[in-house]
Amino acid sequence: MTKPLHIGFIPLIDAAALIVAVDKGFTAAEGLDVTLVREVSWSNVRDKLNIGLFDAAHLLAPVAIASSLGLGHIKVPIVAPFNLGLNGNAITVSPALHAAMMAELDGDRFDPMATALALRRVVAARRKNGVEPLTFGMTFPFSTHNYQLRFWMAAGGVDPDEDVRLVVLPPPYMVDSIASGQIDGFCVGAPWNSIAVDRGVGQILHFGSDILARAAEKVLAIRQGWSAKNPELVAALVRAASRAAEFVEQEQSQPEVARILARPEYVGVDADVILRTLQGRLKISQDGTIRESSRYLLLGREGAPWPDPVQAAWLYAQMVRWGQATISAEALQIAKAVFRPDLYDAALGRNGKFKDAPHAVGAFAGPAFDADDIVGHLAAFRIGRWNP
Amino acid sequence: MGAESSPKIAIVDESPIRAAILEEGLREAGFTDVVRISEMQSLLSRIYALDPDVIVIDLENPSRDILEQMFQVSRAVRRPIAMFVDQSDAASIQASVDAGVSAYIVDGLKKERLKPILDLCISRFNAFSKLQDELDRAKSALEDRKVIERAKGILMKLKGLTEDEAYVLLRSTAMREKKKIGEIAQSILTASELLK
Repeated sequence: MTKPLHIGFIPLIDAAALIVAVDKGFTAAEGLDVTLVREVSWSNVRDKLNIGLFDAAHLLAPVAIASSLGLGHIKVPIVAPFNLGLNGNAITVSPALHAAMMAELDGDRFDPMATALALRRVVAARRKNGVEPLTFGMTFPFSTHNYQLRFWMAAGGVDPDEDVRLVVLPPPYMVDSIASGQIDGFCVGAPWNSIAVDRGVGQILHFGSDILARAAEKVLAIRQGWSAKNPELVAALVRAASRAAEFVEQEQSQPEVARILARPEYVGVDADVILRTLQGRLKISQDGTIRESSRYLLLGREGAPWPDPVQAAWLYAQMVRWGQATISAEALQIAKAVFRPDLYDAALGRNGKFKDAPHAVGAFAGPAFDADDIVGHLAAFRIGRWNP
Repeated sequence: MGAESSPKIAIVDESPIRAAILEEGLREAGFTDVVRISEMQSLLSRIYALDPDVIVIDLENPSRDILEQMFQVSRAVRRPIAMFVDQSDAASIQASVDAGVSAYIVDGLKKERLKPILDLCISRFNAFSKLQDELDRAKSALEDRKVIERAKGILMKLKGLTEDEAYVLLRSTAMREKKKIGEIAQSILTASELLK
């Protein structure tokens, strides 16, 4: 056994690869002595990773990039040798907002352009009638949830900073906040959308994968300095997480995975809800309508664990678009270098991009993403806080 | 806020005892404008209504992420805040994370004015955890005593011992097996349950 490692996580389904790696003994089989530490906020995970209380962490991919760029906080270079999940978020709205949007809908209700345009009409009507702007919850300023919500509404002509209010809420507070009417909708990861539906206070409007076909969500984050000093430990962690991610995706092991995650020391919610999430079968409204998508959450399939620098570049482009970061070739380079496919490949003895992995981002609107021309890409979007 | 006046400090903490200890410490140190927030519902609007210069929050509080939003420039945020950190101040973060507290500074307040506030919060938080540990230890000592009393009773009954003899037997067994008397007593209770 090596020195004890402490790994922080937030109780969400996309911590599955880490939790299963430890609980099923995959980390121990690699000679690692891992203690998982459940945390209550992303700020805590980030700070404890930064100062060395954690050796690694389940972290929002954009936070790993923000930390490496020194945005909003001290600059601590982070590397991500393993992607813990692609997608897995959903946009949920209150029954009242859902009804208002459906009344304005022109097109398919699962078409994000149609719903974004419907939202624009709802927003315009509210303004005309002097009603308070709509409020949407998301989990962190540097989060895919924030960027997915913004991307979606902006595509329909809704300015996320001017026409609505976006507020940060911890995931466990989302359901209560929509129930009490403090927010009208939210974008959050599993299992919270399903819990809002089960409680009858929300309708799932979109899967995150409707907005972006492949979006890096959480990464296994490690301090760059620590990673450079401990390459064997990093490789062993990647191998254990990879084995766990494959285990999580096997149909016959999913009931067991759901039971493990359901335990109070891990995610602590009903195993049935977790199983539905893993299977990509979500109840989207209280009448029991089920919507299925094999793309809802990708943990160990389709090359999801391979940390793709193009994903990092897309996230950085969103930071630029919404005024969180200034644009520079150097910053783009730093952002891309956070995702380390070389460490992944070295640990697993493989070489290069997954052949079956489709387009890196696949957004529903705008031109295809070009990681080498962020300025040109962003110029295609009318709404943004970006000054070229 | 004038340079002479005391900065307005908001304490965000769901533990009323700890918040009270913190407030008392701050007042003793001459910071007279202190408000406690223990209700996390609509935290952001409460903070806007108070308009504090400094926000102190415990790290067990999921609402910490809500405060991070206030770094951003957006319609929802009126006065930007920053966490009390800069590149040269890793020691402060380390000390505050260890203690379980974090402080945010609202735009306009000079950083050097926050340092004594943060230091005070760190020492009060540490004092509070020490208190909590002592309380926990006292509780478990009380539990031990109850278990020992019951184990003595069982030994007296089964082996016809006096109370003193029963205690000596427990103590010598504990010493021989290098265990705590409480643990030996607990195993006697367990065994007697099983053999009932």
